[in-house]
Amino acid sequence: MRVINGRVWKVGDSISTDLLSPGAYAYAPLEVRRQHVLETVHPRFAREARPGDVLVAGRNFGCGSSRESAPENLKALGIAAVVAESFARIFLRNAIAIGLVAVTCPGIGAIVEEGDPLDLDLEAFSVTNVRTGASLPVHPLSSEMREILEHGGILAVLKALGSRSR
Amino acid sequence: MPAARAASARFMHLHQPNTAGDGLSGPAVPLQDITKDQTERSDGTRFCIMNLHPGGHRLGMTMAEKILARASGRANVRPGEHVTAAVDLALTHDIFAADLFDLLSDSGFTCPWDASKVVVVLDHLVPAPTVVAATVHRRIREHVRRMGIVHFYDAGAGICHQLLPERGHVRPGMLIVGTDSHTTTHGALGAAGTGIGTSEMAYVLATGRLWFRVPETVRFILHGRLRRPVAAKDVVLSIAGRFGADVAQYRAIEFAGPGVAELTVAGRLSVSNMAVEIGAKFGFFPADAKTATYLQARTGAVVAPFGPDPDATYAATHEIDLDALAPQVALPHTVDNVRPVSEVAGIAVDQAFIGSCTNGRLEDLEQAAEILRGRHISTGTRLVVVPASAEILREAERCGVLATLVDAGAIILPPGCGPCFGGHQGLLGPGERCIGTHNRNFQGRMGSPEAEIYLGSPATVAVSALFGRITDPRRVLVA
Ligand code: SF4
Repeated sequence: MRVINGRVWKVGDSISTDLLSPGAYAYAPLEVRRQHVLETVHPRFAREARPGDVLVAGRNFGCGSSRESAPENLKALGIAAVVAESFARIFLRNAIAIGLVAVTCPGIGAIVEEGDPLDLDLEAFSVTNVRTGASLPVHPLSSEMREILEHGGILAVLKALGSRSR
Repeated sequence: MPAARAASARFMHLHQPNTAGDGLSGPAVPLQDITKDQTERSDGTRFCIMNLHPGGHRLGMTMAEKILARASGRANVRPGEHVTAAVDLALTHDIFAADLFDLLSDSGFTCPWDASKVVVVLDHLVPAPTVVAATVHRRIREHVRRMGIVHFYDAGAGICHQLLPERGHVRPGMLIVGTDSHTTTHGALGAAGTGIGTSEMAYVLATGRLWFRVPETVRFILHGRLRRPVAAKDVVLSIAGRFGADVAQYRAIEFAGPGVAELTVAGRLSVSNMAVEIGAKFGFFPADAKTATYLQARTGAVVAPFGPDPDATYAATHEIDLDALAPQVALPHTVDNVRPVSEVAGIAVDQAFIGSCTNGRLEDLEQAAEILRGRHISTGTRLVVVPASAEILREAERCGVLATLVDAGAIILPPGCGPCFGGHQGLLGPGERCIGTHNRNFQGRMGSPEAEIYLGSPATVAVSALFGRITDPRRVLVA
């Protein structure tokens, strides 16, 4: 597919969907919701994240609810990819479904610090810390996931079906 | 746009399940065949005769494998394979339904693939606490009418994960997707229930199908029986504490062993509800005689037993001794931060909450009433009780449970999610502490991020309300 190069933001284990998209803003518009991403655990993140940045997370990232606003808020901040030790299942599906790159990389936390430049190679399925040269493999994405990502999300796929069936 | 055409070509087979040119999917086998199509062995166990290797050599399958094989029209599936499966039931609720139906329309589809297989529930913000919520509810009602959706439960009917079993929508062997992570609840009745997001649900509503990775299964074998007031909730909390919140990441869970028969259907629903809290995609109990009795009363249908093949393969098997279990509490801010209640007893609580799709059922309210009968909760502690459905509310009223709780000082809220997810009705202020029977204690889940949430069984929560401090329920109720 392609290589993503971005500056790293780092969070720990068990970042829940309540932290990524607090229930109190369930019906709030995206511009409001994205201002509150991770505000409890990393207040600078939503204010200072720049388009193209990469979020590096610990285990069980996105645990909790099925709210798609969790990956959507990250995408709205311009986050290019989430690289985590492991993901909660629904978050991973949702991220791919809305066209946000999310890859599993055991050991990632040990090779990057916040602010490091990171290369994520989605052809070779590897990450490299450009500052230190440390590199790790990431779990390959399934063909369905790649297909959906390549089209920018499952709704693009669906729209193509919808226009065909008309 | 060539890219979009490529996508539609690739995903087109979802529209044409009978022309399985992709080699992935064939016609889905009707649901009844998976539960009827069973043969009894001489030892009394049953196996599913569909489950034959092309050469006639039978491969043992787990419950997840059987259901995904049946729903994707395959004789066998193995963990790690990807299949495109036909969905038997699609559930959505007021937080996502309006946007979901908009996405469906925007994608060029005017109605779901099968309007009779969709259930829409208004349960999260009911009755509407704000004008925005009221407006969203109106939009949902209009969509439901326009799309001809048959199964619609308006505000006050109850929580979706209670209504699905209670109103007879669930049968063993079904593949159920919901725009709610606790859709795993329906595994208690032998159905493969799992949560998905709104974009994927739009895809399901348009096509009736979705891709799935066949999960490995982790098995928990239950031995012995629970010693009251130890409850099903304590079983799942102790599993989360012992094995961690990601022990079943991307995996299915099956509960098995002699202890299963000891659990009530309500208890199983509590456990399967929280399967997602340890990462699980599905949280199964086998469908047994208790399941059949429950479902016969709800659906009028005779339900055959349904479970895994005895020679199915598991990623891991863990043994759980129910006899040795003590009441458990999850401490802030993760569900796997679990201790026996005795180790945290004495922590003061401002609010106690009995309700949610985990523990808002009649037996949960009865357990609380048994503790609070003739007593009053501690001054300075609020007790919020939310029956999970109108039927439960009515029953609790009929048998005197409601009056007992009101006399003890409880605030009774209308059937629905109540304060569970921090939307309304009993939110926590900064520095406040709540102990609840719900399923999540994440930071900021019930109001202020500076509040603390503890999770326990209905007995533990009721007795903690009584003393205003986290308390071991065995102090009041001895088995
Ligand atoms: S009761 Fe709580 S966990 Fe259950 S569906 Fe409602 S908000 Fe979600």
